[in-house]
Amino acid sequence: MLYRIVAHKQLSDNVFQIDVDAPLVARARKAGQFVIVSSDAASGERIPLTVAGADPEAGTIRLIFQRVGKTTAAMADIPVGGALGYVAGPLGRPTHIEKFGTVVCVGGGIGNAPLLAIATAMKEAGNRVITILGARTQELVILEDEFAGLSDDIIVVTDDGSHGRKALVTEPLKEICSRDPRPNLAVVIGPTIMMKFCCEVTKQFEVPTQVSLNTIMVDGTGMCGGCRVEVGGKTKFVCVDGPEFDGHQVNFDQMMRRMTAYKELEKREMEQYQKHRCKIGLK
Amino acid sequence: MIVDSQERYLQELLDKQARGELKAKDRYAIPPQDMPVQDGVERRSNMSEVALGYTALQARLEAMRCLGCANAPCVEGCPVRIRIKDFVAEIAAGRFDHALAIIKENSLLPAVCGRVCPQEVQCQERCTVGKKFKDPNMSVSIGRLERFVADLASAGGQTPQVAPSTGKKVAVIGSGPGGIVVAADTRRAGHEVTMFEAFHKPGGVKVYGIPEFRLPKKIVQEEIDVLEKMGVKIVCNYIVGRTRTIEQLMQEDGFDAVYVGVGAGLPKFMNIEGEYLVGVYSANEYLTRTNLMKAYAFGQGADTPIAAGKKVAVLGGGNVAMDAARMAVRLGAEKVYLVYRRSEVEMPARIEEVHHAKEEGVIFCTLQNPQRILGSEDGHVVGMECLRYELGEPDESGRRRPVAIKGSAFVLDVDTVIVAIGNGPNPLIEQTTPGLEFNKWGNIVVDEGCRTSMKGVYAGGDIVLGAATIILAMGQGRIAAKAINADLAAKKLS
Repeated sequence: MLYRIVAHKQLSDNVFQIDVDAPLVARARKAGQFVIVSSDAASGERIPLTVAGADPEAGTIRLIFQRVGKTTAAMADIPVGGALGYVAGPLGRPTHIEKFGTVVCVGGGIGNAPLLAIATAMKEAGNRVITILGARTQELVILEDEFAGLSDDIIVVTDDGSHGRKALVTEPLKEICSRDPRPNLAVVIGPTIMMKFCCEVTKQFEVPTQVSLNTIMVDGTGMCGGCRVEVGGKTKFVCVDGPEFDGHQVNFDQMMRRMTAYKELEKREMEQYQKHRCKIGLK
Repeated sequence: MIVDSQERYLQELLDKQARGELKAKDRYAIPPQDMPVQDGVERRSNMSEVALGYTALQARLEAMRCLGCANAPCVEGCPVRIRIKDFVAEIAAGRFDHALAIIKENSLLPAVCGRVCPQEVQCQERCTVGKKFKDPNMSVSIGRLERFVADLASAGGQTPQVAPSTGKKVAVIGSGPGGIVVAADTRRAGHEVTMFEAFHKPGGVKVYGIPEFRLPKKIVQEEIDVLEKMGVKIVCNYIVGRTRTIEQLMQEDGFDAVYVGVGAGLPKFMNIEGEYLVGVYSANEYLTRTNLMKAYAFGQGADTPIAAGKKVAVLGGGNVAMDAARMAVRLGAEKVYLVYRRSEVEMPARIEEVHHAKEEGVIFCTLQNPQRILGSEDGHVVGMECLRYELGEPDESGRRRPVAIKGSAFVLDVDTVIVAIGNGPNPLIEQTTPGLEFNKWGNIVVDEGCRTSMKGVYAGGDIVLGAATIILAMGQGRIAAKAINADLAAKKLS
């Protein structure tokens, strides 16, 4: 059955990994691309999620998402054998993969999911891959084993020092960028604020930097313009011009403000959903 | 009582006509029939259709106003050349099913076109009656008549006949008005037709863009149902170019012809300061959230939110701007301003929509244009700085160019801004179809049969014309389907 969930795994308190039956997407998708999904075809919201991986043979795609709002909470509650409302994609331009030399991959929180697909492709293209993973605390570091398996070097940092170094990702990034020779490329995916500060570091060292943006979207095909960001002073649509951009050109401050648009409404909706869950006996 | 006298009046006219005594001056004397509408105050808080449609009596009286001109200028004004004079005469005679059959020779979607076509710049603009009174509002209301007969029949429309299978496969990309026509016409010829839609619901702009209060979704659904009954396969959540490319559809999936009707889905912005603020929407986003995603029912069954502004400015003067403004009214805005840089005469919107918007309390700010949108510290819209304009010399579009008045800047107190200044062509097909020729504006280049530079690939509607109208998209769909059917028949013979 289309969009059926064939595997479900909780990676941390609020992070879930699901494999979903979507054979055409599984075959077509390339690193860096995303899908639009909905938990419910009739009334669900459309949200963009990066494809973390795919099995073209089995016809499944892997999605990793954080439970932040009603849609993601509802998705987390769908058991194996249940189905998503729909999956549309793959969307966005694929990551430009080639042999650059040394590529430093920086992931923060849920950003590790899209980063894994890109790091894998970069490694396969013959790059030396150095990975930096950061999170607030040990429990929130996801996909570390997968990254360790493919990276030539891996550094894990946590804000509280509960795992790896006690630092922000910018610290080891700075060290790596100061090395001679410098890395040829940085790929940074994570919370907007993290990408902003990483880009400040790489800019200082003149290391070209790609970021992958996850903004508010409705259709994901260029139609609504809700995802617009200012890149190099021009209006760009994350869905059709991105999701990857030159991180040194992105207006992150503006993007962060735009991301707050529905915060209050979402919070209210999430509280409602939690109450509903309690009533129906989910915990 | 009134109805009785109207009925007598109609009967008198018909009798006179039968005796061959009905003169043009008698027809001019028939008052234009107003279409009943939902009360202006009541409808501010519901999504139901505003215009309620003619009664049979009204329709016949209105049809009696038609002079039946020998040269039928109205037909010249119709992009799909409906035999208007003839169907109007059938309505006057009370043969409504005949009237509908005549319309359906050229248009598959009369219930839609009767509602959303810009008749006043097409058929009704050329109407001799309107010319006589030097007022296009006095023209025969062709659109309302079209709608009347379409609505009578829609309850139990019959499914068109399908020719025996040709074994050829046609892909239709996009389920908008053009795609629907191509799917129906190529399916009728016996081809196996699959229609691909990127959204989770088929219908295109009629589903995501045009609000329920102007075009009920039920009508669109009926069209889709007819297609399915004819055997057209509809596949949603499928983005041609990304899910499968056109090349893959033709070389691997066995499609013999592909029609590209993906529309003009890339909203334009003003490129002014403040357009990234929270509370600034493209009309596409605003209307998609409210129509397709039903954001008006957020928290009551729908999961998609919308910031329901209290003071809303809509930028633009077209039908989409009217739709957005009237939607804002229904979402509970206290003040809705329609800001347009030219005067009302130059507005491209249908007169009826302008009229309805005003009735619903939309405040028209013509000859004004924003300079920048003002934001709070946390990035929310708190106002819009505008300039006043006056009309100067005509520009290349023939309309008088608006010229800013120096020192006229003022701030409009708004918390939401909706940009409805048009759409560019969607770039997805261009990004993913290297063999296809596009012009410098990103529109697909086609010949007179809507054939593109790629063999077997056809295109029409907004992706070819730039943002236009439903009827033009349908007209092109007709042309493309004819070319596809002819080319596939020739291929079979060769």
